[in-house]
Amino acid sequence: MSLLEIEDLRVTFQTADGPVNAVNGLSFEIDKGETLAIVGESGSGKSQAAFAVMGLLARNGAATGTVSFDGTDLLGLTPKQLNKVRAQDIAMIFQDPMTSLNPYIRVSDQMAEVLQLHKGLSKRKAVAEAVQMLDAVRIPDAKARISMFPHEFSGGMRQRIMIAMALLCRPRLLIADEPTTALDVTVQAQIMDLLAEIRREFGTAIILITHDLGIVADACDKTLVLYGGQIMEQGATTDIFAAPSHPYTRGLLRAVPRLDRDDEELQTIAGEPPDMSRLPAGCPFSPRCAQVLPHCSAIRPNLDVFDASRMRACHLPVAEVL
Amino acid sequence: MAPILSVQDLNVTFDVRRQGAWPWTPSQPLQAVGGLSFDLQAGETLGVVGESGSGKSTLARAIVGTVPTSSGRIIWKGDDLAAMTKQVRRKHRRDVQMIFQDPLAALNPRMNVGEIIAEPLTTHEPHISRAEVKRRVGELMERVGLLPNLVNRYPHEFSGGQCQRIGIARALILKPELVICDEPVSALDVSVQAQVVNLLRELQRDMGLAMIFIAHDLSVVKHISDRILVMYLGRVMELAKARELTREPRHPYTQALISSVPIPDPVAEKARHRPILEGELPSPLSPPSGCVFRTRCPKAQPSCAGDLPVMQDVGNDHHVACPFQEVQKVLVTTD
Repeated sequence: MSLLEIEDLRVTFQTADGPVNAVNGLSFEIDKGETLAIVGESGSGKSQAAFAVMGLLARNGAATGTVSFDGTDLLGLTPKQLNKVRAQDIAMIFQDPMTSLNPYIRVSDQMAEVLQLHKGLSKRKAVAEAVQMLDAVRIPDAKARISMFPHEFSGGMRQRIMIAMALLCRPRLLIADEPTTALDVTVQAQIMDLLAEIRREFGTAIILITHDLGIVADACDKTLVLYGGQIMEQGATTDIFAAPSHPYTRGLLRAVPRLDRDDEELQTIAGEPPDMSRLPAGCPFSPRCAQVLPHCSAIRPNLDVFDASRMRACHLPVAEVL
Repeated sequence: MAPILSVQDLNVTFDVRRQGAWPWTPSQPLQAVGGLSFDLQAGETLGVVGESGSGKSTLARAIVGTVPTSSGRIIWKGDDLAAMTKQVRRKHRRDVQMIFQDPLAALNPRMNVGEIIAEPLTTHEPHISRAEVKRRVGELMERVGLLPNLVNRYPHEFSGGQCQRIGIARALILKPELVICDEPVSALDVSVQAQVVNLLRELQRDMGLAMIFIAHDLSVVKHISDRILVMYLGRVMELAKARELTREPRHPYTQALISSVPIPDPVAEKARHRPILEGELPSPLSPPSGCVFRTRCPKAQPSCAGDLPVMQDVGNDHHVACPFQEVQKVLVTTD
């Protein structure tokens, strides 16, 4: 059994303009020590899927399907039970560390609170352990700096604090939602290095939500490509990058300039990211697809297995994807 | 050929009050750009890369003339920006346009698209007839890939990519000679980013524009630029032709920057050795003495703390500010 198994996850928001389906039938699993990338553009539902797993959806949102963590279905849990799972088993780090840290509370108190609450440690012991964790994520002079406020740290340091805080209870799964998007490239490389080390040291499974294909190539074993709340394709990262089987993945890979190549013109994907309240009945990518077939906009392609371990949702045969 | 723009030993300093300082303590100078020089030819694209706080945007603002320079000169087509007469300054304002990072924030929410694009034209050429303005706006909208029938819509009705197209149209309506793009695609999705980059390249070629393209994403900058200027803490580290800079970087900072950029290819990624730069950008209020990069530099020597490194010309229009510079290939290139 895998650590986390998601089966047909759907997230729907009730809005003034009617229901909006942010995630439509997401299924995947992740094992201990594995790294899975969820790739998608804005509006692909990648963050909402993570929020659904963590029980963090906005009040007008509802999730259906099964999210089974180590055998327990998380969607059926009461907030109290969920609070036990959060932080102890699953932790999440967000894109903007400044908005996820409380600006009025010293880092020491914020971090100690986690251990006091979940492990019942005394304040002194909790702070001591928090200092150790800050040391581990390489915050220089952690002992003195732990009593500072979040705004006294730089962006990269704040993200390290967030990571340290997420690791305090040694979670078995870490969900990182665009953890490096707000950071400079050199700092991004440091943070990605740190995440790789955490995975080696603790065997933590990591779900990395990102739009940056470079990071995916560098850090993840498995990749799942989302568009309009649906899986376009999934499989081993090396396979997907070597031979993308979906027109969207293919287009995405060709649209990023590569530092190690001299490509003249970037190939673009026509049109704009989808409007989630007005998705076509069929494949959500069909309005922008260069190889669209007549029935694509009406009939939703199934997510089928091919090549033994890969999956794709496209009416076009694999061999014909240009 | 005389350059269209010549920046000579530019310094921009801001006065900054330290947090918690008493009202009577003197403010501290913060050098945002220090000793920066380069020439830009007509029709050339110069990419400017650096981490946040490296002074990229300040440089852009100084060239447009919206932040005062402390010393040094910015020469626009033979005229010193600081000593321009009113007429020449007006001409400079027309000829140098800017495209901003956040496309929605850069557009007035209470003006419709037609008014936004036409505004520079009606400001600088008030005598032009309304029919002519309408014609030119329509023409330009089509050129940047917007349907002309959207002319009465408001910015909030457009997606990020379309807003950026509106911003581009507004910058181009006066037929400028230099366009400064400050992070024009970093707020856009990958698929839309490629559309805007291609559009900018096309317009640049067709209109013979000179362009200064500022971004933190080295892959995009390399794709669009003829030459690249690498900045760190307000100073130039290296300046070279785009291909040479990425393939044969000489400055340790450029090398570190290139090796930090992840390549979207798992095979290529595993094949290369990626030394990671430790630490973070020091505070610009108390920059290191001598070479500003020395606190994070893998090659730093005690002598680096002394004088500012001299900009060396290593041939082929390649300039490096490091006495220990040498070519080190950090990329595995396929061709």
